Amino acid sequence: MTDRFAGSNLTCIRGGRLVFKDLAFALGKGEALVLRGPNGTGKSSLLRLMAGLGVPADGTITWNGESITDDPPAHAERMHYLGHKNALKSALTARENLTFWADLHGTEAAVDDALEAFDISRLADLPARLLSSGETRRLALARLIANKTPLWLLDEPTVGLDQTSVERLADLVSRHRTRGGMVIISIHGPFPLESSRTLDLGTRS
Amino acid sequence: MNGFRAILARDLRLALRQGTDATMVVAFFIIAIVLFPLGLGPEPKLLARIAPGLIGVTALLAAMLSLERLFQQDYEDGSLELFLLNSNPLTLQVCAKITAHWLTTGLPLIAATPILAVLLNLPAAALPVLLFAMLLATPSLSLLGAVGASLTLGARRGGVLISLLVLPLYIPVLIFAVSAVDAVLLAQSAKPHLLLLGAILAAALPLCPLAAAAALRQSAD
Repeated sequence: MTDRFAGSNLTCIRGGRLVFKDLAFALGKGEALVLRGPNGTGKSSLLRLMAGLGVPADGTITWNGESITDDPPAHAERMHYLGHKNALKSALTARENLTFWADLHGTEAAVDDALEAFDISRLADLPARLLSSGETRRLALARLIANKTPLWLLDEPTVGLDQTSVERLADLVSRHRTRGGMVIISIHGPFPLESSRTLDLGTRS
Repeated sequence: MNGFRAILARDLRLALRQGTDATMVVAFFIIAIVLFPLGLGPEPKLLARIAPGLIGVTALLAAMLSLERLFQQDYEDGSLELFLLNSNPLTLQVCAKITAHWLTTGLPLIAATPILAVLLNLPAAALPVLLFAMLLATPSLSLLGAVGASLTLGARRGGVLISLLVLPLYIPVLIFAVSAVDAVLLAQSAKPHLLLLGAILAAALPLCPLAAAAALRQSAD
């Protein structure tokens, strides 16, 4: 089975304002799509639609030909969405935060590997409020590793990350792709990503 | 059920670590009740007469104090988006949030009630019915409150708005809880009032999580 994640004819209207229209994308196994464009061109809105947080005003998003709105739990299980907010509780330790989301995801979880992957093992038992903003972001990113899913939707994942962590993330992304995973990432700065396609929301329209 | 257990455990752990939220509700309940004998003067007969109503109204206001934080923090830190984006039914996750809310507010209120009943000179014979009425009423307060809390997410001055939405819905719960205790004081049967309280709970139990889940979905859009 070759997985295919695609959208066609997409229109997004937020607060009465047309954000984008007639947008299309398609991804197969191991492929990556980079969303670029100035602020306010709809990168985050598009990622939210892809995740299933909201329904496009027009058009459909499909996984293997079936609309993601037909079976939201199935779509939820096959993807990770990382938004602007980290969804971490400052009173819980790093490990407790990560374990909670891993448990909630329901699939088999590898919390220790995830902490190791983003080099936060030594901070695992500290309350999240003591972590720096970059460390908090890394903890949020660790969710990607804790549960394996074929589709990653990353909304500006590198905000607050240092150079080493950006390279670590890029490495994990490319490993995810070699295993057949898909990545859609919105980003402003440079990000090392081989043979990816770019969708520039600023220049279309 | 994994999702239910995970959310319940997380919320209880958070309540335990950030103890101020849960203790604030009970502290408000106790202090507000203590004010009445001070304001009304030492008249045991009058206090005993109004005790059920005082405890009922104050418990209701205390429970409402905590409603704003039911979903607000999850909304602000992005947890709510991930609640929408996992394979567990959202209604079940809302049930877990409501259960945690009841365990951290409703249950402490019930625990504080016997002392306050003594303070207000409530006849000992009425105490079991009062406690049982509260056991039936407080889950309804959490359930109805969750609907109000989810509807007002993202609104400015949400706390005030919740009161306006939720207080009218609390009226039947208050009436039947208080009249159950009054019935005992007048040597009548409390059963019909308790049955009606049970009926409210039985209706709220399936309907409120559904309504709250629908409102939460809206808030993410």
